[in-house]
Formats: sequence, C-alpha cells, structure tokens
Amino acid sequence: MISPQRVDATLLAALRISAGLAGVLLLIIFFFMAAESWAGLRDIGPLRFVLDASWHPEPAAANGSFRITAMVAATLAATAGAVVLATPLAIGAALFLRFYAPPGLAGPFKRIVELLAGVPSVVYGFWGLVVLVPLLATLGGPGQSLLAGILILTLMILPTITLLAHAALVSVPPAYLQAAAALGMSRWTTIRSVALPAARGGLFTGIVLGTGRAAGETMAVLMVCGNIVQLPDSLLAPVRTLTANIALEMAYALGDHRAALFVSGLVLMLLVTGLVLAVARLDASSGRFRHG
Amino acid sequence: MPACSRRPAALLLALATSLLLASCGDSSNQTRLTVTGSSTVAPLMAEIALQFEKNHPDVRVDVQTGGSSRGVADARRGLADIGMASRALNDDESDLTAHTIAYDGIGMIVHADNPVRALSPQQIIDIYQGRIDNWQAVGGPDAQIIVVNKAQGRSTLEIFLEHFELAAPSIKADVVIGDNEQGIKTVAGNPYALGYVSIGAAEYAVGADEPLRLLPLEGVEASTANVRNQRYPMRRPLNLVTRGPLEGPAAALVAHAQSSSVDPLIRQLYFVIPQR
Repeated sequence: MISPQRVDATLLAALRISAGLAGVLLLIIFFFMAAESWAGLRDIGPLRFVLDASWHPEPAAANGSFRITAMVAATLAATAGAVVLATPLAIGAALFLRFYAPPGLAGPFKRIVELLAGVPSVVYGFWGLVVLVPLLATLGGPGQSLLAGILILTLMILPTITLLAHAALVSVPPAYLQAAAALGMSRWTTIRSVALPAARGGLFTGIVLGTGRAAGETMAVLMVCGNIVQLPDSLLAPVRTLTANIALEMAYALGDHRAALFVSGLVLMLLVTGLVLAVARLDASSGRFRHG
Repeated sequence: MPACSRRPAALLLALATSLLLASCGDSSNQTRLTVTGSSTVAPLMAEIALQFEKNHPDVRVDVQTGGSSRGVADARRGLADIGMASRALNDDESDLTAHTIAYDGIGMIVHADNPVRALSPQQIIDIYQGRIDNWQAVGGPDAQIIVVNKAQGRSTLEIFLEHFELAAPSIKADVVIGDNEQGIKTVAGNPYALGYVSIGAAEYAVGADEPLRLLPLEGVEASTANVRNQRYPMRRPLNLVTRGPLEGPAAALVAHAQSSSVDPLIRQLYFVIPQR
C-alpha cells in the first residue's frame, strides 16, 4: 500500500516535470530557431531583411535579396482580418448556445462546432481552393487572395473561439445570474453587464488562441492566398504569409536561403509572442477599467 | 489513486526501453551505398532504393539531397557511390557516365473552357514577364490572364526558366503554387489561368475529368508519349551519375533503377518512363 502522502509527493513531482517540460520545450525550440537563423543573420545581416529590394533568395547571401516585410504585413493583415471577423461571430454563437438555444438544439449545435474545430486545416484549404477561390475569382483577379485567406482563417478560428467563449460563459457562477434575475434585469442586460464581464478572462484566452492559430496556420493559407510576395493593395490581391513562404521553399532551400527561412520563422514566433502579450495587456487594462 | 501514481514510472520505463532498443538496431555487416544530388531525382531514388533493399537485404542505400551540382561533384570526388542529376551532363563532365532512369516533362495548362489552342514561346515569355496581360492579345476572350508560377527552388520552375531562358525575378505572376496538384486545382478553378505542371500529373488530372487542357509547345503535343520519344522540347532527363567502371552493389542498383520493375514508381511520381 502507498500512503496518501507518498501519492501526493509522486503526483507533485510528475506535475512539476510536465510543467517544467512545457517551459523547457519552448526554450529549446526558441534556441533551435535562433541557432539555425544565426548563419543567416550573420551572412545576410538583419538590415537586409528590411531594406533589400525584394524576396528572391539564393543559397549564397551575396546573390539573393531577402526582404520579408511584405510577408510580415501579409501575416498581420490575414490574422487581424480573421480575428476581427471571427470574434463577434464566435461570441455571438457562444451566447446563443449558452443563453438562447433551446436545449434540444444546443447539444447538436455544440457537437457541430466541436467537429468544426477538429477539421484538419488541409481540408479547409482544399475546400477554399475548389469552392471559395473560384467564387472570389468572379469578382476579378485570380481569386487566390488576402480575402480568401481571411475568410478561410475566420472559418478555422471561429469554432476555437466559440468553444472557449462558451466554456467561459458556462463557468460564470450561477449566483451572479440568479442575482441579476432577482434584480429584474432583462436577459440581454444580464448578458451585457453580468455574464460577459465575468467571463472576460476566458473570452480573451479564446481570442489569444484564435490569433495564434490564425498567425501560424500554413497549409490552408498556402492553398488560397496566391503566395505572391507583395504588399496587398486590395483585399483581392494575392499575398504570401511567412508560414506559406517557409512551407513553399524549405524543402528546396540550401545555404543562406535556408537560414533566411529560419529567420522568418523566428520573426513569426516573435510576432505571435508579441500578439499574445498585446492581447494579455488589453485584458489586464480592460480589467482595471471595469473594476476602477 | 495508486494506479495513477505508478503511471509516470511505467511511462519512463517504456521510454528508456525504446531508446535502448533504438540504439542497438545498427548491426553492420552490410554494404552501404551513398546516393546524393538532385532533389527532383531523390524522391524517386528513395522509392527505388526501398524496393532494391527488399531484394538485397545485405545492402543499405542512403539517399541524400543537395542539388544536381552536388550529385555530380560527389560522384566525381568519390564522396558518393552514385550521384543524381536532373540534367544531362555538360561537356566538361565527360569523365562521368550518366544513366537515365526517367524523364520529366513540363506542360503548359489552361482551363478546358479557354478557347486558346496554342501559345508561341514568345507569347509565353511575354505573358510571364507581364508584357501581355489579356487573353485578347493571343486570340482569346477579353479577360485578364492569371499567371500561375511555381515557388522558388522547385525543379518544375527550373526547367521552365531554363527552357524559355528567363530569370526568376523577371516573372510577374498572379499566383505562386507549390506542388503540381495545387497548380492543377488552381487552373481548373479559374477559366483565365495559365500555368505549367509535370505532364504526367496533368495527363492524370485530365483523365480524372478535371476541366483542364495541355497546350502543345512548338507544335508538339504535350504528352508523356512525346516526352518518351524525345520530341517534346520542355523536358529533361533524370540521371544517375557514376565515375569509372561500375561493379558490385552499385552496378546492381543502377541496373535495377533502369529496369522495368521501377515503372510503377516512376508513374507514381508523374515522371516519364524511358524507352527500354
């Protein structure tokens, strides 16, 4: 027989290890990226990633040009567009699910959203390529465009945000809602001034995860965005995101070209970190505002 | 609860065992063949090597990529037993022998509804460099030409650039794609697109009823048959490169790669089987 104290101690050790592992893993990945990028940063120099004329990489730094700013802009534009579109839709769906849907509908609806969250991204990409892109092509241009990317990403992060928002709304203490009802608040007032503020943390977590998924998504974006390295002058213009660039070129890249792709991966990681921190700050400051 | 607490230990044990097993798998009284070079040939060669190893359990074939130039250099300096090159040998490489295992042909494709039946090489160059951007200029409808190009580093792009003597930065594309499948879906989904893919992949797609048409080039129909009989111009050989007399397992591997038992593998990768 093992004593309860022993069990507790073992469990604590296991939990410490798994928590430590998550942190260490992130550091290892970061150092790996930094190490692989190092040759590129040394041979090409950080300035050329911003100041070069274009993105036409070559294995030898001197022959190529390595500007990645247009791809950074494309990643930001696609991510921002998708988050702006998906967030209100997702929170609306979560509110419907939690407060308005009749019980007979809420169950199946939630199942469908869960299924959507599990659809592999390449399937979304394929659907985008054969259905969405030809539809957008009727508006002029190639159809493969920033807009196609935004729409596909919206579809992909919608279920993620919906499920997390719903979980946050469900965990609002029932006493809050009962108190609101006792005060004679309408359902909408209850949602607006009790449920949403109380679920704020979970909603922001959903948005953070959605943002991360949108910025990091590769296959679907690669298939529908057209992959032209340029600053988009309209929503219908094709763009290439950092992730698509890495996926398109990594298999065949040698020397400094390969290192430059790792640099763009590093930039993407920093970008996602920045976005997550920014959303967390937003969360904190809106929290102060509420209680202040 | 006790069952729970034992689990991490069991997991660690399993992990340690698997590491131990992995580390003692390398028993070596095997012959090792190193094959290096072209990233176009490598996927085919890797499949061929697997097939070869099944019949020759005493030989291990190690396929590494690094470009055709590395394949030639490694074969010449003896760093590899066999080099891979997705081109014919140059005049200054006559100390080496090329063994063609397959051909790769690239065909221009348009949507099946596109009335344009052929494009001259100059028209293709003008379209890809942005001097022609409307189908009307080449006898088609009044619509913008959607120029589909391949991503940097893809061998299909290299053949295309080499054939039309174009430089990568001079191309003004509307869509950049990765693999053949994406190119086919892109052109099949846009009536005004113009692209190029491996002829084998395009023929397969046409057979699967994709709304797609291969355009002839310089008057020669784009078909695997015309790549095989060397009439179609935009093609190149996929070669194994060796130096000096071939013997032992290396000779066996080259012979196997040139035998008809690799035909299904060649077809699977949309390359063209040479005349045997």
